[in-house]
Amino acid sequence: MSNTSSVLYDHPGPRAKVRNTILTVVFGVAILALLWWIYRKFDDAGQWAGDLWKPFLEANTWTGFILSGLRATLLAAATGMALSLAFGVIFAVGRLSDHWWIRVPCGAVVEFFRAVPLLLMIFFIFYAVPFLIQAPVSAFWAVVIGLTLYNGSVLAEAFRAGIRAVPLGQSEAAYALGMRKTLVMRHILVPQAARSMLPVIVSQLVVLLKDTALGYIVAYPELLQRGVNDLSANFGNVVAAAMVIAAIYIVINSLLTLLAGWLERRTRSRGGRTPKSADTPPPLPSGTTDQGAVVGA
Amino acid sequence: MDVFSDPRNIDATVSGFLWILKLTGASAVLALVLGVILAAMRVSPIPVLRLFGAAWVNIFRNTPLTLIIFFCYFGLYSTLGLSLSEDLNLNIYWLGVIGLSTYTAAFVCEAVRSGINTVPAGQAEAARAIGLTFAQTLRIIVLPQAGRAVVAPLGSILIALCKNSTIVGTIGLMESSSVMKDLINSYGNAGILIFAVFAGVFALLLIPTGYLFGWLANRLAVRR
Repeated sequence: MSNTSSVLYDHPGPRAKVRNTILTVVFGVAILALLWWIYRKFDDAGQWAGDLWKPFLEANTWTGFILSGLRATLLAAATGMALSLAFGVIFAVGRLSDHWWIRVPCGAVVEFFRAVPLLLMIFFIFYAVPFLIQAPVSAFWAVVIGLTLYNGSVLAEAFRAGIRAVPLGQSEAAYALGMRKTLVMRHILVPQAARSMLPVIVSQLVVLLKDTALGYIVAYPELLQRGVNDLSANFGNVVAAAMVIAAIYIVINSLLTLLAGWLERRTRSRGGRTPKSADTPPPLPSGTTDQGAVVGA
Repeated sequence: MDVFSDPRNIDATVSGFLWILKLTGASAVLALVLGVILAAMRVSPIPVLRLFGAAWVNIFRNTPLTLIIFFCYFGLYSTLGLSLSEDLNLNIYWLGVIGLSTYTAAFVCEAVRSGINTVPAGQAEAARAIGLTFAQTLRIIVLPQAGRAVVAPLGSILIALCKNSTIVGTIGLMESSSVMKDLINSYGNAGILIFAVFAGVFALLLIPTGYLFGWLANRLAVRR
């Protein structure tokens, strides 16, 4: 395979083996020293004291703070995922429309929401919209709508790139069978695009899940709010709580990434049904630099 | 509708965006340096370094930035007593830069690593065949070509970094999003105008940046 990183260096000979062993020891010691230094710093501040970690052995901590926060996080993430997938498909198709009066507004919406920080949108929805509609907006919907507008726009660009990458023969064959535009889009193009862009889509969903942590800022009782802020207000263990909660996020996101890898392998092994271009996502049209879609807050 | 006729509000708005630019600038440089070093670690022949790079990427890429920034303030500063400046704002600023660059470096590392994989294997094999060492192969042959391939992803990372820097507002820096929140709270009726101004500045700043990087990526692409 053309995996450059595997051919960057030779199979080590006797001298290289000695050198590698020496470097391994040197860098190993350096990294251990770094970890030890961090450990000492924490120790000096008394952060390894049993009292700070004991709350995590008690059921109340989990049921009262962490699990309730986790539930709120997952609820916001699931709602946001469903809505932003729908938003993404609609605006991707809209941006590919033959009518300029659909294409241009859809493009403007997508470009705008991709450029505006999520926090700005959440603040607007949470603090300004209540003035306009003369009714309060719950923190949950402020977070979910913000997430939907931002991640939906990013997904719209991913879908659009995927749809454009489906070989032309696919839609030509469908038109030849007498299908109309809507039918071609629904049955031929969107499913193939979704499959070929699956890695991008899932990494964007990971971003979405992480971004629910912004709910902390508008006091939505999600994992960061409950598990770190409220919990440490009770037990005075900010550092310990932040580490435990970070570990929970890392596990969940790693599971999602693993799921993406498994889904990708599964669709590939179905052989012949995925278009060729699925293996290498196409270069995006200039100006729409989308690879960084995976970079979120 | 007289939000932006009050000079104090204009000053606050301008200084909010200046903080964003300063945060983005410093974090971008740090994250780029750190990210390239991490990427070199991840492709190196030494397992300990590969493990370190992989651990960094997996930890920081999968943790919410809000939590990292939160930890920088309440963990590093409040609890562990890491103070970076006498000035209150500058202290928060540098804590924010630490959080933003450790987080962004993980993404830079992954972008550079996938850039390295776009360089045809023959290039590295030829370099080895003429006797270049690992460091030479990487520095002279592979990274310059990979660098051209990662212009577009690095552009997106820079744009995301600029937007993410608003999160430093959560630990008390009066950057643009916090200024916007305060203005909305004082001038509720002008909410749409205020949002339009703040979002508009971001859009004016970032949409052209996106096109610039797209154009650069096309121009610099290695024709194969």
